[in-house]
Amino acid sequence: MLRLPPLRYEAPSTLEEAVALLAEDGALLAAGGSDLVPNLKRRQYPTARTIVSLRRVADLVGIRVESDGTIRIAALTTLATVVEDSRLPKVLREAAGAVASPQIRNQGTVGGNLCVDTRCDWLNVPDTWRQAAEPCLKAGGEMCWVAPAKKDCWAVSSSDLAPVMVALGAEVQLIGPDGRRSIPIEQLYRNDGMAYLTKTTEEILTEVVIGPHAGLRATYRKLRRRGSIDFPILGVAAAVRLDDADICTEARIVLGAVASAPLRVPTSEEVLVGRTYNAETIAEAAEAARKLARPLNNTDLTSRYRTRMIPVFVRRALEELG
Amino acid sequence: MEPVTLTVNGATRRLFVPPQRTLLETVREDLGLTGTKHGCELGECGACTVLIDGVPILSCLTLTVNATDCEIVTIEGIGSMTEPHPLQRSFGEHGAAQCGYCTPAMILTAKALLDRDPNPSEETIAEAIAGNMCRCTGYLSILSAVAAVTEENQ
Repeated sequence: MLRLPPLRYEAPSTLEEAVALLAEDGALLAAGGSDLVPNLKRRQYPTARTIVSLRRVADLVGIRVESDGTIRIAALTTLATVVEDSRLPKVLREAAGAVASPQIRNQGTVGGNLCVDTRCDWLNVPDTWRQAAEPCLKAGGEMCWVAPAKKDCWAVSSSDLAPVMVALGAEVQLIGPDGRRSIPIEQLYRNDGMAYLTKTTEEILTEVVIGPHAGLRATYRKLRRRGSIDFPILGVAAAVRLDDADICTEARIVLGAVASAPLRVPTSEEVLVGRTYNAETIAEAAEAARKLARPLNNTDLTSRYRTRMIPVFVRRALEELG
Repeated sequence: MEPVTLTVNGATRRLFVPPQRTLLETVREDLGLTGTKHGCELGECGACTVLIDGVPILSCLTLTVNATDCEIVTIEGIGSMTEPHPLQRSFGEHGAAQCGYCTPAMILTAKALLDRDPNPSEETIAEAIAGNMCRCTGYLSILSAVAAVTEENQ
């Protein structure tokens, strides 16, 4: 049986106490726990000593929609709550509904999904399997099994909400030892499979804020083997604004699960902005997306297939917004 | 060890558990309620689903300490051999349990759906049980068994 390693458990009632506890060696932050628990069972965090649960902290659950349209989602709001909230844009509800399975959406949280650990076929296996080979970089070793010539970790950003939040230009609120700060969500991520977040381990993501977005058309498309549960192996979030003459005035296209961070595709965005939004410009933008992303063979299905699906999924997403 | 108070199938249970104990381990090994099945242990199969405050949750991903003060319902809590729940009766009548391993979780997930929405469409039923794998692939009988109970409610 896969059991959890021995752990200490802390459930502080304030964020300040939680931040202090996270400064201790081997402390791990737990929101819903739906990703943390399997990773711990697979012994992916050998130095883990303490779980710092946020479940007793007040005001970390709930969604507020302000009069100007600003949406504030507290970090421990479950994905199921987002799916069911009819005040929220369809793209958010669909992306939250595309995460994992119904049970996991009842447990998993918005903050947890935004900070979900990067994944790799060499890492996300029980430790008895992992021990069959030298440990990879992310498992504390010296090399990457996916790209042995490089000294980088290529584990895959596997959040469905992250590309959508980047496309919507969201901001995240963080609290840490030096107080609170707010950053554009794009700056939360780093294209490094090991240090994939720019926030420190002591910082806690408390809220995601989506500013007024009237007139912005947005959608999310997800590729995975099974529609009922799997992590994304390609995600496409697209947001465009069109004027009365169907000229595209703003475009944000963000790919998920092709790198260690959500990947914005400026080459595709530039094709669209300032031009008439039609089948021709959509096809051109979709093709431009293929050139930037280089998925590797470290998640489900082959990198060749995933690469070929990039322009297809970008085109389908953009067509939906026309 | 952490002190935990749970309501399990209507009875208050006070336990001391190690912090790393999962609710699946507590229910099966500490409380002897083996109707809850131990499948993949990694949140992928749904066989360990229990209801926490009426909501289907994977007990293999839940720390018991995090479920303290919650109301837990397992398959043992919704019916018995002599008085089965209408869903249990319907699963029997429709041959919706083959090897039976996914059945307790499937029935609890369907019960949570029907408690919220007594008249779900076939699509809603399919979406609700999307996190419950049946490796006998007997999904059509399961859908029929759940649909039959909704029709009885009409």
